[in-house]
Amino acid sequence: MREYVDGNAAIVRGAVAAGCTFFAGYPITPASGILMAMMRELPARGGVAIQGEDEIASIGMCIGAAMAGSRAMTATSGPGMSLMGENLGLAIMGEVPLVVVDVQRLGPATGGATTVGQGDVQFARWGTPGGFPTIALAPTDAADAYRLTIRAFELADRFRCPVVLLTDKEVATTLTTVDAAAFAPVAVVERELATAGAPYRYAPAADVPALRRYGAGDAFRFTGSTHDERAMITKDRPTVDALNRHLAAKVEKHVEELTLVELDWQPGARTLVVSYGVTAGAARAAVEAARQRGRAVASLVIRSLWPVPEAAIRAALGGIERVIVPELNLGQYRREIERLTGDREVIGVNRVDGDLIGLEEILEAVG
Amino acid sequence: MTVVSGDLATDLTTLETFRNALPYPFCPGCGHGGVLDRLDEALRRLGRDPARTVLVSDIGCSGLSDQYFVTNAFHGLHGRSITYASGIKLADPALEVIVLMGDGSAGIGGAHLLAAARRNVGITVVVMNNLNFGMTGGQHSTTTPSGAVTSTTPGGNLEQPLDLCATVAVNGAAYAHRATQWDDDLADRLVEAIETPGFALLDVWELCTAYFVKGNRLSRRGMEALMEERGFRRGTVVHRAVDEYAAAYRHAHQADAPAAPPAPIAIDHAATLDRPYGVVVAGSAGGRVRSAARLIAEAAVRCGLWATQRDDYPVTVQAGHSVTELLLSPAPQPLAALETPELMVVLSEDGRRRVSSTLRRLRADATVVTVAGVAAPETPARVVVADPGRLARGDATLAVLVTAITALGVLPAQAIRAAASAGAHASANLAAIEAATSLPLG
Repeated sequence: MREYVDGNAAIVRGAVAAGCTFFAGYPITPASGILMAMMRELPARGGVAIQGEDEIASIGMCIGAAMAGSRAMTATSGPGMSLMGENLGLAIMGEVPLVVVDVQRLGPATGGATTVGQGDVQFARWGTPGGFPTIALAPTDAADAYRLTIRAFELADRFRCPVVLLTDKEVATTLTTVDAAAFAPVAVVERELATAGAPYRYAPAADVPALRRYGAGDAFRFTGSTHDERAMITKDRPTVDALNRHLAAKVEKHVEELTLVELDWQPGARTLVVSYGVTAGAARAAVEAARQRGRAVASLVIRSLWPVPEAAIRAALGGIERVIVPELNLGQYRREIERLTGDREVIGVNRVDGDLIGLEEILEAVG
Repeated sequence: MTVVSGDLATDLTTLETFRNALPYPFCPGCGHGGVLDRLDEALRRLGRDPARTVLVSDIGCSGLSDQYFVTNAFHGLHGRSITYASGIKLADPALEVIVLMGDGSAGIGGAHLLAAARRNVGITVVVMNNLNFGMTGGQHSTTTPSGAVTSTTPGGNLEQPLDLCATVAVNGAAYAHRATQWDDDLADRLVEAIETPGFALLDVWELCTAYFVKGNRLSRRGMEALMEERGFRRGTVVHRAVDEYAAAYRHAHQADAPAAPPAPIAIDHAATLDRPYGVVVAGSAGGRVRSAARLIAEAAVRCGLWATQRDDYPVTVQAGHSVTELLLSPAPQPLAALETPELMVVLSEDGRRRVSSTLRRLRADATVVTVAGVAAPETPARVVVADPGRLARGDATLAVLVTAITALGVLPAQAIRAAASAGAHASANLAAIEAATSLPLG
């Protein structure tokens, strides 16, 4: 049995399967399909889906709902991500589990509402003041969007932080054939909630304390200002230092656990194609075509874009002399690859005209 | 039961104060501390459970307020307190949610104030309105009276002040009341606001002794005279029964049942296709290009093929081109641009112009099907003109597409009929398919 679905529908099914109970969003192409479907799905399951007055209100309501015990998600595109930037920082600072879907379209500004782009890759990482790490996952197709949405909810709970599902217009709105088995239900893990004591803990720095929920147990505090473990505002330097190092360490010290990559190795390969998101489709096909022409080429598809899976990327570089990075931007993730490749040649295949990269363009770079 | 906040424990059964032991940080003469004492009194009189009460503070001097209470607290971003409070209340309507903000927050969060009034989520908003930005240096705010001197209006404010109470009242709020820091009944009005189902706003005028008082030589008497003179009279502006949003939302959806997941498509037909086959349907918006292509794709899935459908259209929904790329294949194919389709169905000039470069790069053995009224495509491929007769435009799209797909042996007509029978608008689509089989191709 098969299904004919698009990525937005797969994301909604993933969210429902993962136990999402609260959604707030604002209409924006090409993410509106998620908003409309959540309006049908959540209230019928006892949850809440609401259209906010703007993207700021939408993510704000999600943060409030998360602190009152909901599993929350919002969905938008580049222009909306800009408006959500400050609240992404609040979710990082307040250690709020939250899933933010960014269905990328061509930018900058209003850009191309119905045209594809991958221009928010660095923005997903650096889109809020302070520079603290976020987690970002990039699905390559609709089935992947279902799995990674579920994973995004798991990671948001596990690390008490916002997780960005970084998809794009083509994955989100292209109808594709999916094996019905790809939508297998998952067991929703009950959250471990604390009902007493301080809502935060900074030592050991990489540990994540259990979430508190308003109305369950003792009263507790939440703040976006620098704070001690009881969320009282403080400028005490050792406390502020411990807070900020904790916010970084709890994500960065767990890169291995967060790494999601697909390495398709070939003995003797001197060329490696590194891809992510929608571009992985053409990249895989180009690698296959190159092999049929007798070329030894390896492929690395990265699903966990942030934090950068550095160890997995380094492991894929053995024997490699040239790295090809196709992207629908002017080389945003290539710079992360270049940090790790030493003297190897790194070649970008880039499009910013609103169309997808074809496998011929990648094949040409493979040579 | 013991309630813990900060390092302070209080026995709830004899809760004499919702305040903790920390002294307020406010300037001498500032109204904030007095207003917070009245809030404490109101919460005591209501006998609220501090563990089920959330004080949501905004930014500025008033934003410090939550730290002096034993309740839950949420201190977020400037101007966004109403959004967090709304999320908390919508997620758990049993919680008592009270927002403490200044006039600066009411201004920057104006869109949220309007939306909250219109929605009537059951939160209480207390605006500690001291007519300027006290924390950042006495700049003018949205409530600064006209003519008032502030650090950013040295020659006197040229803007009209925002009437908070009138604004929320005219936009649906259940409760709005204007008060001053000196009002004897402030605790009564706080009790009233908190108990009102729906959105409640208390606009409490205060003196900012650090800035506004100095710049405008304002006293209690002066402020009271100013309020009278400018038409900002004290008192209840609106108090009415409304449906609280969180309760109304749940009531509206109580009978909803989860929709069944889409029925999987059974593979009950067969096709002879042994390689990827690309189809482009190029027409105009409103011509049912996408739904016709979807029907063909679902028929292909019924035949055990893998179908992918990429739609291209301008942001306007019912004007301009509508182009769909369909890739049918015996094996899954990656999502990539369709460079050289085997078949192109060109139904309008909008569509032809959008796909003109694809038409030019077609292989000679590809087929282009057009209809009357479309200029001859510039292409090396074989071009045939189909005549959909007097079919309506949407039906003609499906009929011409089915004609081409079946005549070229891509899919059997039975599979397309089966897909149409299982989908929406079955009878109209089946009729169009029947019309197709009798169309002359070429």
